[in-house]
Amino acid sequence: MRYPAFLQKIADRADVQPVRVLTFTIDGRMVSAREDETILSVARENGISIPTLCHLDGLSERGACRLCIVEIKGSAKLSPSCVTLPRQDMEVITNSERVMDYRRKILELLFTERNHICSVCVSNGHCDLQALTAELGMTHVHYDYLHTKQVVDASHERFSVDHNRCVLCQRCVRVCDEIEGAHTWDVMGRGHLSKVITDLNQPWGESITCTGCGKCVQVCPTGALSEKGKSVAEMTKKRQFLPYLKLMRGAEIT
Amino acid sequence: MTIEELQEIGKIEKEKQGGFRHRIHVCVAAGCLSSQSGLVKEALEKEVARRGLESWALVKGVGCLGLCTAGPMVAIEPDGSLYQGVKVSDASDILEALGGAPVYRLDCSSHLPFFTRQKKIVLENSGRIDPESIEDYVAERGYEGLYTALRTTTPTGVVDHVTKSGLRGRGGAGFPTGLKWTAVSKAKSNVKFVICNADEGDPGAFMDRSVLESDPHRVLEGMAIAGFAVGANYGFIYVRAEYPLAVKRIRTAIAKAERLGVLGRNIFNTTFNFDVSVRLGAGAFVCGEETALIASIEGRRGSPRPRPPFPSELGLWGYPTLINNVETFANVPPIIRKGGAWFSSMGTEKSKGTKVFALAGRVNNTGLIEAPMGTTLREIVFDIGGGIKDGRKFKAILTGGPSGGCIPAKFLDMSMDYESLAQVGAIMGSGGIIVMDETSCMVDMAKFFIEFCMSESCGKCVPCRVGTVQIYNLMKRITEGNAKPDDIKLLEELCDLVKSTSLCGLGQTAPNPVLSTMHYFMDEYRAHIDYKICPAGTCQMRPAEEST
Repeated sequence: MRYPAFLQKIADRADVQPVRVLTFTIDGRMVSAREDETILSVARENGISIPTLCHLDGLSERGACRLCIVEIKGSAKLSPSCVTLPRQDMEVITNSERVMDYRRKILELLFTERNHICSVCVSNGHCDLQALTAELGMTHVHYDYLHTKQVVDASHERFSVDHNRCVLCQRCVRVCDEIEGAHTWDVMGRGHLSKVITDLNQPWGESITCTGCGKCVQVCPTGALSEKGKSVAEMTKKRQFLPYLKLMRGAEIT
Repeated sequence: MTIEELQEIGKIEKEKQGGFRHRIHVCVAAGCLSSQSGLVKEALEKEVARRGLESWALVKGVGCLGLCTAGPMVAIEPDGSLYQGVKVSDASDILEALGGAPVYRLDCSSHLPFFTRQKKIVLENSGRIDPESIEDYVAERGYEGLYTALRTTTPTGVVDHVTKSGLRGRGGAGFPTGLKWTAVSKAKSNVKFVICNADEGDPGAFMDRSVLESDPHRVLEGMAIAGFAVGANYGFIYVRAEYPLAVKRIRTAIAKAERLGVLGRNIFNTTFNFDVSVRLGAGAFVCGEETALIASIEGRRGSPRPRPPFPSELGLWGYPTLINNVETFANVPPIIRKGGAWFSSMGTEKSKGTKVFALAGRVNNTGLIEAPMGTTLREIVFDIGGGIKDGRKFKAILTGGPSGGCIPAKFLDMSMDYESLAQVGAIMGSGGIIVMDETSCMVDMAKFFIEFCMSESCGKCVPCRVGTVQIYNLMKRITEGNAKPDDIKLLEELCDLVKSTSLCGLGQTAPNPVLSTMHYFMDEYRAHIDYKICPAGTCQMRPAEEST
């Protein structure tokens, strides 16, 4: 029962739509939404851009990159818009100075974590991380670089993984599990030592679950996963398939 | 089983123990066991047998007696003498002294403020009953609370009692327990779960371990009452694997409770069924966060998810789930037995009852204490704790472990309750109190805790994963004498970022020790940065060569 009792009788009729619709404001603009849509999807529908990194249409949400944080009036906490549902009359602010500042700093932290030197990267010019710097106006990094030593695994016959470029968004983990159904990728370790692995940390080429479909490579936001034979700036990602696969698998993905 | 049968079990046990003229209680909780109290108990038993006193003196293993620093502890009932630092070779002297004057060289006066200033509810049976005997617990009116709940009240009535008592979650945040129970009881579902969070991970905190080791049935009873109140038939205890003795005791307790019929099907001839099983954590601090804990029980990687929805709505395997801390559950049986009003008569206006604290650090009496909410910090450190070691000067305490803050000497007369602690920038946390004196460096202490958070971060969200590393590197630079004057600003900025944007409680509170030490002890930071001096003399300053 989602309605007060005096309305529920009408709502129980089979021909009445089962999801409520509500209105709220984003950056002062009135928008309407179904109660099961996230703030992020409603904003994008209305042409309001919110930066994201771990989010990808068609995959489950993690709420982990924290770039899509927004302010909600009346709440001191910042909310990740990719996992927050709107409420009637809620007032969302996506572009306050505070939020923009935090987003830039989070992006800077990502750049300090591993090795993101665009000029020698296969994904130069086609990289979500790179695009975010332009979108958020990040001009330089004012924290120290951590320079963690990471490995490159080129044991797979068609693809390679360079952990130096990985931002741990887990898109590969999710697409492999939720769309391909192989669950070859997963994460091991904690904190800054965590790392995506294939199977039980075997070389990718020796993975027995990998089907070689390449979806992980196509969804990877950076040059961490790439096709072999691609040189600097040659790796473009083909993501057109995702919405169709999402439609086909439909209800299973929330 | 009827209440008469239950009371009969208790009566028989009482008579059996009362038949002995002397009862020798040997602490067999982890602290004393690690200083060989197991051997002491064996030696005492052998000595009793050798002297042929089996029908005269009873040697009993009991839970924690509190003063862990003086272990192994032995208490003689009903004589009332208390011995500290007992060795195997002391067994014969102790038996010799039974009924007469106590052995002087082992004597530990039970009239010390450490014992007399405490008020025990959660620990009322600790150090008195054998944690592996259910009859001993029943003799102390154990499981009467569960009987009262099942046979004389309704689930709503039980929730009302808890709400009225004003009990707040003892795990750290202090969320009103009654409110949480109401939320879960209102959730519509045929299946619900109760989880006991025993993944105690704050450095310096050990009250959950001690309660599970000393009085496991109290926790089980609390869980069963909670299950009845919210409509759950299954409970999980999530214990960290680093607590093998607690795991063993709780497993023994579950088996014995099932055999007695106070867990399992048709408890006390009602339609209520409740089963409990144990799940072991693999040593991740983040698994104390409720959504990470649930993920871990489900067999997934223990990383938190964004809330809402809260576990009371969408919990274990999607079902409404009640999660409370060990100490919270341990408070429940007496509340039901004696009523909510009795509990709310103790403590301050907004923080009711008592709180168990684990005293550690540079204080004379380290160990486990329980005091009413609102006891002042001075009473805890100087009366109960016996003051600072070696007559040094008190500097600050740290509460709440890696999520907490420090409280400097000027707040010594502050009352210990949730609100007052929050006001000065600290938190109650799980109740670990680390005392620091003039030889402790606050910067070094803050560095220790941020390092802890850095290595315990799950790595899911960016601010916590990378931000804690950046903060740690800055702190390291400061303590090594390599910091630049601007580093303070950078530190403040990073702390604010991690606090405001992290996903779960771990990240949101990780900068607290740094922030609160910066707030109260900025002069120490300045000394480290500007003059490359550590006022406490803890940090090894190794300034690197000036680079251009």
